[in-house]
Amino acid sequence: MSSVGNANAGIGRAAGQLHRLLTEVWRLQPLYVSLYAILLSFVVGGVLISIIGVNPFTAYWALLRGMVGGGEEIAGSVARSVPFIGSALALAFAFRAGLFNIGAEGQLLAGGITAAYVGALSWMSDLPGIVAIPLILIAGTMGGAIWGGIPGVLRAKTGAHEVISTIMLNSLVLFGVRWMVNSRDPVVLRDTDSTVPRTDPISDTAVLPELVDSQPSLHVGIFALVGICFVVAFVLNRTTFGFEVGTVGLNPHASHYAGINVNRVIVASMAVSGAFAGLAAASEISGTNGFFQPGTFFLMGFDGIAIALLARTNPVAIIAAALLWGSMLSGAPLMQQEADVSIDVVRIIQAMVLLFVAADAIVRYLFRVRELDQSPFKATSIEGAV
Amino acid sequence: MTTVENAAGIAGTSGGARLDRQSVSGLVFGLLGVALIVGVAPAISSSNRRFNFEPPPDPAGIGFDPPTWVIAIGVLFLLTAALGFAPPAARQWASPARLLSALAVIPLVLVLSLALSDNPSTNIVNLFNESLVLATPLALGSMTGLWCERSGIINIGIEGTMLAGAGIGYMTYATIGDAQSTAWLWFSILISVLAGGLVAALLAVLSIRFGVNQIVGGVVINLFALGLTGFLRSEVIVKSGITTGVGTSEFGLPLLSKIPVIGDQLFRGQPIYWLMYVVVIGTWVVMYRTPWGLRVRSCGENPHAAETLGVNVVRIRYQSVILGGLIAGLAGAWFSMESQARFEDNMTNAAGFIALAALIFGKWTPWGAFGGALLFGFSRALGTRLQFLGVEVSGFEIPSEFLQALPFVVTLVVVAGAVGRSIPPAASGQPFHRSR
Repeated sequence: MSSVGNANAGIGRAAGQLHRLLTEVWRLQPLYVSLYAILLSFVVGGVLISIIGVNPFTAYWALLRGMVGGGEEIAGSVARSVPFIGSALALAFAFRAGLFNIGAEGQLLAGGITAAYVGALSWMSDLPGIVAIPLILIAGTMGGAIWGGIPGVLRAKTGAHEVISTIMLNSLVLFGVRWMVNSRDPVVLRDTDSTVPRTDPISDTAVLPELVDSQPSLHVGIFALVGICFVVAFVLNRTTFGFEVGTVGLNPHASHYAGINVNRVIVASMAVSGAFAGLAAASEISGTNGFFQPGTFFLMGFDGIAIALLARTNPVAIIAAALLWGSMLSGAPLMQQEADVSIDVVRIIQAMVLLFVAADAIVRYLFRVRELDQSPFKATSIEGAV
Repeated sequence: MTTVENAAGIAGTSGGARLDRQSVSGLVFGLLGVALIVGVAPAISSSNRRFNFEPPPDPAGIGFDPPTWVIAIGVLFLLTAALGFAPPAARQWASPARLLSALAVIPLVLVLSLALSDNPSTNIVNLFNESLVLATPLALGSMTGLWCERSGIINIGIEGTMLAGAGIGYMTYATIGDAQSTAWLWFSILISVLAGGLVAALLAVLSIRFGVNQIVGGVVINLFALGLTGFLRSEVIVKSGITTGVGTSEFGLPLLSKIPVIGDQLFRGQPIYWLMYVVVIGTWVVMYRTPWGLRVRSCGENPHAAETLGVNVVRIRYQSVILGGLIAGLAGAWFSMESQARFEDNMTNAAGFIALAALIFGKWTPWGAFGGALLFGFSRALGTRLQFLGVEVSGFEIPSEFLQALPFVVTLVVVAGAVGRSIPPAASGQPFHRSR
């Protein structure tokens, strides 16, 4: 019993040392809960890996090399992360307005199918790339914005909670795109020459230029999504609209009395939020796939929730969080190949990261951290009454 | 009041004049009625169609003439519409008439789809039974949601809880019972149930002890269950080599299954399906007819008032969430040991979210939620059936996806308050802090 106690105390001391290093030497205070959460999650994952009889260090070493082991791996990891930036941004923006947009999954589909439809239009091949590429991106963005705007309108006009309406809209768009892509009689958007259900390939002029020929290939879409993060940071922190969004998120009642049009902010936030998901989908369609398949965006919207929370809804931090998320998924196959550990371990680790970030009390307790900043995940900030 | 309600309240006041819900529904039914009588009835084939009550050969059933039925339902819609605008004395009939009209949509869909199909007959008893069976996990899932939300905890993690139950249950069955023996099957179902309870306990600790936003807690559960079950499948189930096995077997209820024609179809079924009825009825009895159920509901409406009356809100919330989790675990067992005797990644396939929709559709009541689950189950069964029948409207075959999407549209309309506002328990989603 006492040895366990000693071990606990030892871990506590070591954690305290680490904490001192992080706060006093590297000055990473704003990040420490996230960093500790990641650390703890890998420990939990490591325990799981050792239970199945694999050395966790071997597995993690393979995972790490799969993530950043070489130029091509790094490019692949980055490419894998790019769409997550969009889906996480969708969540983060809605969170700032006090809305919980579970519908990024559906908004990705709506944006993706719109982009694929516009990209495959016959006259697209006559346009130069400088026109066609923005067109396909705007189409996807609009598709996402409209699909995201619907729950916003419902919320503003009828009070229907966006969590429920977005879950419904997710299913609706999923059935819709499945039908459009699968149906042979009548042919809606299906590529009849293909054996697998997918849309017609987009015009060559609408393809985003490739930067690195990695797996998946890194394309110019990264600039669009990373750029948008900085734009959002500017909008949220430096513009009237951003201020209104934040104020409504903190207290819609006070905002109303301060003269802010709460309904307008809610609808706009949801539409903008959907637009980010739509942009991410369009960039994937245009840069990576070249056509639309319903399974492409599976779970991407739900991962966006976790990434947005991990980044504490900070648009710039989302870039880093999405990189972590995407590169882990990108590196997992090598771990499976070399250490024979199921790639699902990565999913467990990711769930743990979110768990520890959300329940920061656990992290604070384990690492003896005082509460310095207000956690954005306390029930007070993201209102969640369904 | 929470911020959300404030926002909704603001939305309501500044959103302009709201249309009177009764006149809107009256208008909709009126238009539908006219469309059915004038537009649809003359257009569909008047050749005789049959609803069969048993499988071929030589089934019992009733023949009918589709246009007559369509006109009859159209008249019912018109009457409902007229009652909406009738003098106050007749208004008392407006509400039951609306309910009747809403229910009449089901025979309407059946009649229309058979009229538009090349097949002259279909077995509706069997369709009804399929709907009930497919509603099993949804009904159980919505009971999970009911217990959690009525005690004040939102559970977005029903999906993950079910998935964990399905995966861990089947894993147990495959590893210790080789997915064959009946005794181990029941033991594994018990493990499923307990696994569900355990996952729900995690949600309870997160949301009650640590005050984590409950929706975030649910998302964690969903992510975690997806990863964990995927991991267990590839590391344990696949490696054990027993990827399929023998599921629960059907049995007939005594006496009832002896009823001629329908008995053998309606009163034969698998055990978890029957347990679903026990859970729904049990939920209703316990929640509305016992002191403990009253306490649960009070914690969901006004925990501080409950506390002043001596109710231990924290304990009640833990109990209800874990009870809900046990039910979700049973729903998980339905997937991996009754519907199919195997486990696949993401096997529950959004059933947990649909269960949540059923709960809201049913306005957070046991029977309403069960009705919602039935609606979703019916639309699934009908979707498959229509694909089989091949329903065509002027050369355009109605895809099954459209019918499967229908309940989601209905729920969206319900949530938006067009059919009848669905109001959640007042304290649902709010963390509770003991007063000092």
